[in-house]
Amino acid sequence: MTWPRLLQAEWTKFRSVRGWAGGIAVAALLMLLFPVVGLAGGGGDKQASAATLGPDGEPVSDSYFFVHRVLAGDGQITVEVKGLASERGTPWAKAGLIISAGPEPGARYAAVLVTAGHGVRMQHDYRYDRASSDAAARWLRLTRRADTIIGEASADGQSWSRIDTVRLPGLATTVRAGLFVTCPDRVQGIGTASDTATAEFGTPRVMGDWSPAAWAGGQVGAYGARGGFTPSANGFTVSGAGDLAPATRGDVPVAAAAGDLLLGTFLALIVVVVVATLTITTEYRYGLIRGTLSARPRRGRVLAAKATVLAGVTFAAGLGATVVALPLWLRLIRGLGIFVFPAPPGVLLRAEVGTAAVLAAVAVFALALGTVLRRSATAVTAVVATTVLPYLLALVPFLPPPMAQWLTRFTPVAGLAVQQTLIRYPQVDSVYTPADGYYPLAPWAGFAVLCGYTALALAVALIVLRRRDA
Amino acid sequence: MSDATIEVAGLRKRYGSTTALDGMTFDAVPGRVTGFVGPNGAGKSTTMRIILGLHSADAGQARIGGRPYRSLRYPLRSLGALLDASALHPARSGRNHLLWLAQSQGLGRRRVDEVIELVGLAAAGRRAAGGYSLGMRQRLGIAAALLGDPPAIMLDEPFNGMDPEGIVWLRGFLRALAGERRAVLVSSHLMSELQGMADHVVVVGRGRVIADSSVADLIAAASGDRVLVRTGAPREAAAALVAAGAEVTPASQNRLGVRAMAAERIAEVLAAGGVPFSELAPHRATLEEAYFDLTGDAVEYRAAPTEVTP
Repeated sequence: MTWPRLLQAEWTKFRSVRGWAGGIAVAALLMLLFPVVGLAGGGGDKQASAATLGPDGEPVSDSYFFVHRVLAGDGQITVEVKGLASERGTPWAKAGLIISAGPEPGARYAAVLVTAGHGVRMQHDYRYDRASSDAAARWLRLTRRADTIIGEASADGQSWSRIDTVRLPGLATTVRAGLFVTCPDRVQGIGTASDTATAEFGTPRVMGDWSPAAWAGGQVGAYGARGGFTPSANGFTVSGAGDLAPATRGDVPVAAAAGDLLLGTFLALIVVVVVATLTITTEYRYGLIRGTLSARPRRGRVLAAKATVLAGVTFAAGLGATVVALPLWLRLIRGLGIFVFPAPPGVLLRAEVGTAAVLAAVAVFALALGTVLRRSATAVTAVVATTVLPYLLALVPFLPPPMAQWLTRFTPVAGLAVQQTLIRYPQVDSVYTPADGYYPLAPWAGFAVLCGYTALALAVALIVLRRRDA
Repeated sequence: MSDATIEVAGLRKRYGSTTALDGMTFDAVPGRVTGFVGPNGAGKSTTMRIILGLHSADAGQARIGGRPYRSLRYPLRSLGALLDASALHPARSGRNHLLWLAQSQGLGRRRVDEVIELVGLAAAGRRAAGGYSLGMRQRLGIAAALLGDPPAIMLDEPFNGMDPEGIVWLRGFLRALAGERRAVLVSSHLMSELQGMADHVVVVGRGRVIADSSVADLIAAASGDRVLVRTGAPREAAAALVAAGAEVTPASQNRLGVRAMAAERIAEVLAAGGVPFSELAPHRATLEEAYFDLTGDAVEYRAAPTEVTP
């Protein structure tokens, strides 16, 4: 077959220009070494270990105002939430019933709650969230049997529907349970504004092994100054701030996401884009394209061979860099005491392989644009404008989030979504920007957008190359 | 290696409003060097690009051994071509340039070694081609054309930039290739470069063939059996010769061009009439003169009309 020989020829062409092979090696090296730059800036600050960790080891927000009694065994508590409002109208303001495993930060809990804007829900252990089918319900009930907790909701306090049944492993016999109110910061543009929620509860009804002591109120976690409770004639008025939820990047200021350690991709991309464009534009510049096309007159195959070689080289170099860089740097910065958002091995592998694949796809995109535009300066400018520039803009922290999200959704840099190692929880409003490590598209959906651009550019290149006199 | 003729039949090509080829037709057959001559802009390079499938013709076709170039699986094994010796990546060594070409044709490193030796570039093969002189680039281009050991070879202006030693080498080399029954097509805008090397010439102008004949015939036609007579008395000599039936044209102050009469008869007539003369020389045209005769009105880009003495 003639195809392997064509590949071999294109590979010889690539490796025999020292600047190209060297450029790709430099790109790999940049990915390997670049985190040093980030560390030089923030490495000295060790306050990061102050992050509150939940039962799964992930950082959590754990602060709320708690009106509680002691439950020394199985039991049930029922209450009506008569009203919930916050100063700034945060949709995730929460008021409801909670059973907490203990007073230490990040303790397990199960709660059934009313929100300001997201209906009635049952949540537990920070990460888990389930909505009730009846968003308008105002009556809440928690039932404990050993370490199993059942959450129910009702519109009238008569007919109940179960939201969820959860287990809190290792739950002590004697726990605290009662009413809670909390309210996360209101997200406004690229910032947040603190908010406090106030809820009117009816008188809670309890059944089971409750201690006879009166209801006591206290702040759990930070935000203490803004919470409080006052008993009223037929219930309580409770106000509170904070959140019971997984922490986002913005909640843990001095911390790293594993994806941050791939920031060198930006520099690598610049080098890859230039090299990939030049592999074809120099053929036009020196007239070598005539030699290439007279040696192999089937032009589509020539383009395919060039694309295969470029993609193969950049993917291999990129993967070599990421599989070494990511584990190495994770170890190093953890050794320095910097908190890193946990990510399972599969997610890290996806970031490593995905980053290499993004570099390869961008290289092919650059090749295709180079084929269409022919002139090195024009083609490099076009490729930089469509890949490097949106990448740079998307990483600017003060760019309005809608713009950053548009860039990472509709331009070739959507592919960077493969580098997201943070989890975006729907039950937490935050400033989710690419600069913080959150992308609007799912990893492989983002990569598919990039591949779409690459395929389109290749198709145009193919048509042009076939029709044009060389 | 089987014989392969380069056939060009009725090629037409327009670039915008410019007609580059206007029915270009000729063959370059095995066993001889075919010179492809014409002024700049006559359509030589365009014809060669169409032969190589690089440009598409508006009409007509070009074939190598009966097959269109683009249908060949390993085309360099059928036709070796050198269009532009400078078409190299300057950072790539000459050897690697030949290597990728060889690999694209399913050939190995050994063949690269052979051709690089053949053109005398072995010593410079590992250096970046950007540092090569134009003559070295021509040799590298010829090595590339020979890689596939093709039965047909096509070179565009191969003598450009070559030193005299290189020109002599290349002439001998191309003759030897023709001697191996290869078809050799060599373009030039200078007929003098082809003298003593080409067996056959295709003279083109304005995109079409003006003359397609053997070199011997062409020169004979241009010479036209003329005899030059040097004499101190041109008027008397002319009168005597015209009276004897010859056609006479003044060539310069004391020279006459005489047609339709053999040199021996001229001597007799002048001696009989008592007209003095100092030299009788049968005129033999150069290939270049023949070329100017043919292309006089086909030159599109000439600086200014120059006086041509016949």
